[in-house]
Amino acid sequence: MSVKITIDGQQINARTGDNIIDVAAKNGVYIPSLCYVKGKPCLGTCRICSVKVDGRVMAACTIPVSEGMEIEVNDDAEIVDMRKALVELLFSEGNHNCPSCEKSGRCELQATGYEVGMMVSRFPYRFTPHVVDHASKTIFLQRDRCIFCQRCVDMVRDERTGKKIFSIKGRGTNSRIEIDAELANEMTPQQVRQASDLCPVGCIIDKTQGYDDPIGKRKFEVKSIKERALDKEHR
Amino acid sequence: MSHTNKNKILSHELPTTPLDPEIKAAREAKIPIAMIGLCGCWGCTLSFLDMDERILGLLDKVNITRSSLTDVKRIPYRCAIGFVEGGIANSENIETLEEFRENCDILISVGACAVWGGVPAMRNVVPLEECFKEAYIDSPTAVEGAKKIIPFHDDIPVITTKVMPLHEVVKIDYFIPGCPPDGDVIIKVLDDLVNGREFDLPTSMNRYD
Amino acid sequence: MNDEIQSILSHYNSDKTRLMDMLWDVQKQQGYISEEAITYLADGLKMSADDVRETLTFYHFFLDKPFGKYQVYLCNTVIAKMNSYHEVREALQQETGCSFNSVDDSGTFGLGDANCIGLSDQEPAMMVDNVVFTRLTPAKVKEIISQLKQDKSPEEIANPAAIANTELGYVTAMVDANLRTESIVLFKPNRDYKSILQTCLNDNIPEDIIEMVTDSNLRGRGGAGFPTGLKWRMGRDAEGEEKYVICNADEGEPGTFKDRVLLSHSPKDVLLGMIAAGYAIDSRNGIIYLRAEYWYLKDYLQQQIEDFRDEGLLGKRILGKNFEFDIRIQMGAGAYVCGDETALIESCEGKRGTPRVKPPYPIQQGYLGMPTSVNNVETLACASRIIEKGAAWYNDMGTDESTGTRLLSVSGDCEKPGIYEIEWGTTLNEVMTMIGAVDPRYVQISGPAGDSLSVEQDGEREFCYSDLSCNGSLMVFDNSRDILAIVRDFSEFFVEESCGICVPCRAGGVDLMHKMERIIDGKACQQDLDEITQWSKLLKGTSRCGLGTAAPNPILATLDKFPEIYEEKLVIQKGSLLPSFDLDEAMSAHELAYKKLVGEDE
Repeated sequence: MSVKITIDGQQINARTGDNIIDVAAKNGVYIPSLCYVKGKPCLGTCRICSVKVDGRVMAACTIPVSEGMEIEVNDDAEIVDMRKALVELLFSEGNHNCPSCEKSGRCELQATGYEVGMMVSRFPYRFTPHVVDHASKTIFLQRDRCIFCQRCVDMVRDERTGKKIFSIKGRGTNSRIEIDAELANEMTPQQVRQASDLCPVGCIIDKTQGYDDPIGKRKFEVKSIKERALDKEHR
Repeated sequence: MSHTNKNKILSHELPTTPLDPEIKAAREAKIPIAMIGLCGCWGCTLSFLDMDERILGLLDKVNITRSSLTDVKRIPYRCAIGFVEGGIANSENIETLEEFRENCDILISVGACAVWGGVPAMRNVVPLEECFKEAYIDSPTAVEGAKKIIPFHDDIPVITTKVMPLHEVVKIDYFIPGCPPDGDVIIKVLDDLVNGREFDLPTSMNRYD
Repeated sequence: MNDEIQSILSHYNSDKTRLMDMLWDVQKQQGYISEEAITYLADGLKMSADDVRETLTFYHFFLDKPFGKYQVYLCNTVIAKMNSYHEVREALQQETGCSFNSVDDSGTFGLGDANCIGLSDQEPAMMVDNVVFTRLTPAKVKEIISQLKQDKSPEEIANPAAIANTELGYVTAMVDANLRTESIVLFKPNRDYKSILQTCLNDNIPEDIIEMVTDSNLRGRGGAGFPTGLKWRMGRDAEGEEKYVICNADEGEPGTFKDRVLLSHSPKDVLLGMIAAGYAIDSRNGIIYLRAEYWYLKDYLQQQIEDFRDEGLLGKRILGKNFEFDIRIQMGAGAYVCGDETALIESCEGKRGTPRVKPPYPIQQGYLGMPTSVNNVETLACASRIIEKGAAWYNDMGTDESTGTRLLSVSGDCEKPGIYEIEWGTTLNEVMTMIGAVDPRYVQISGPAGDSLSVEQDGEREFCYSDLSCNGSLMVFDNSRDILAIVRDFSEFFVEESCGICVPCRAGGVDLMHKMERIIDGKACQQDLDEITQWSKLLKGTSRCGLGTAAPNPILATLDKFPEIYEEKLVIQKGSLLPSFDLDEAMSAHELAYKKLVGEDE
């Protein structure tokens, strides 16, 4: 079944049940997100995909399109600024010191910062304590960079038992990402790489990978996060 | 917060030879700009120098007062545009920034340290006392049995409790991130502002490292 | 220890959706939940230990390390702080010999803070293990602690007459009901539940019940005001192998305590409402999600359920009909966010109380993925009256669009705090008179998440869904109170209770609180006020659940109602240093460190 909607005034036919991010991308409109992974259940944690649906602010990844929806992504200055503000909140909440981060150049948070035009955070930088977990043989867990997107918690499981390898301890501002070192040690190199790639920031770091590509040749320098999101082959 | 000795004369207070009136007039017709460095590595200043010969095209319009090119200690007169590298890590930084803000129409934070604290701000996760202890008392080069030393004197700057971005101390008009930003970025911003265009840093030029 | 854990596991059939109960059982047995216990539980449930910790560490009252033989939690709400909270806190530290958030040397007492524990009409109050002590004074604290030191159990002290914990007397030995009004709809004494249900089941098919509740215009009393009849209609129409009725008794909104009194003084109204809901939507299973702060009601409530079972009102063939329904109690463990129906469902499933992404809504996919009607305690109690007296009777009360009555939990600066049943349409001024408020200035309705009213400006406004849509909490503050300090406390409350899953609420809430502090400290300028409004809009717009969207409410509403208290705190920038920049603070650490590290050497 198909429905008629508009995105920034543009008339669009979309498939019922598809979420707004996917529909927008299919039609050349990029909506940034740091938790949504195409084809996986929506997590709805980062809220960076916030758009206006019939005038109300909603997270695009959580909303299936329905007939007559009027969606504003870039036409409304307020919602554009809200997305930028959410990215800025993340940069001030954790330690996102790009010059000293292994993930720089292939970090989704950094790449999204460029897309939303962030130059500084309007929120006070907090400088949370550095806490690194080295316990696993293959993974550094740089906790002060975690943005609690829950991707790893939901999408990375022990292949044999289905148990969670990553989890969140505590709540609110005391939340912290945990890794089960024993289960992590069972991960194949390929799975480690996948987990590290899945992490949108420099929190899950593959111990065998870092500063591999020279500046200028790094993932999002070769092709921006926006281009990748809109590119059918990458989706 | 005055640490200056009343008997000292600062360089900018020395008498100067009056300029040739023609040169003076030509200079006054130009837009005065300046760049200072606070707590940083001077990498951003090098990027300023990385404008290379491209700055020549702008020299008809701008007059660079204080900068790493001129080595003037204080800006001699009010500037239209001030670039600042480095964050706030001591009392001298605060004084310098305060004076610079008072004498610049537009102030721009340049580079990670100015924008959010940068590498020096990595000490913010450790209390200052511990930093001092590590650097001066438990230091491998500390002489055993010698009197403990932590620099603290009227003549030297006080280290701030935390390293701060500039915009937490004074109002900043624009921000150029990067560690350091490219010379290309600085010339783009300068060129735009000097020619009356809006400050605009395109996505392709915005970099945090 | 393994044997004990194994017996707990087998009691719950190693069903990991019952993890909350298992964690409580372990903690009640052993005082806390040790690493060893976590490992055994994880193995038994085929989860990773971290997965167990995810749930355990989410809740305020679950302990992963010893926290004393007696765990004392003192309520620290703004209402408590108006009632010699600080003196009581000091007395507790002095008598137990330990400071807050720690355990004394002998391991006897653990002192902790708690947000509202549902006793705002008799603060200061504290929980000690399963019981509560109210109207505390330093002398009373001294007495309680000294008795505990003499090995008297908290229950013995709170209930000296040793009334069974299945009796109402056990509850009233500890807390006053403070019922201040005559019954209109709720708290009707001497109801014959059996004959009410008999008549109801004889005369009505489920559709009739839905129609009756729809016609009564009953709306959810938890705050959102969703029409109850419509919810049950949707529940009936939804497809699912099983369906569930959940009674939301996670009354966490600061200042509210009406559910506590309903559950103690009219528990069977609530049970009957649940049975009606079950009948209406074709559900066999009811769950009462009871907040851990109300532990002292648990056995009493369980007894009410047993009574109903004995009378044939619950069970396989209810009153001989082909209708099966039963109820279990699910204990919470201290998380305000579980008041959100989807967070509450997650918690019922043994997980972190994280609000789900909506849609789907619980009425379509709720508990265990099945259609679930989550209803407030008061809503269900009202429903039990509607099925008895009919829609027209109920409709006659209140206003056209807000029918029936509303229970108000009144606390703060007034002569008679307690429970008031008012008809919808009553004005704020009328309530102020009723409760004996002297010189009231500011009223916070629906808790921090609700609205801030100025008695002067809003006195003639009416309690109804189209105007003052109050969820029952009503806190009154007179002219002597520091409104900014109250608002700051509310901001802190939201920070403490944020589940942390979404960015705006987790990170933005902290920044809002710091802005409030900047204002109070006299370091804010107009720009800070502008930013506070913008950031509030961000939280309201983009947060995942009602907690985040409501977090800025106290700031925005007081800014609207009492702009002068903010404006008089603002400073005008002099020179180029920002007013928010604290030069003295920035210069302070160096000298202190110098003195500490080498000062003695000089």
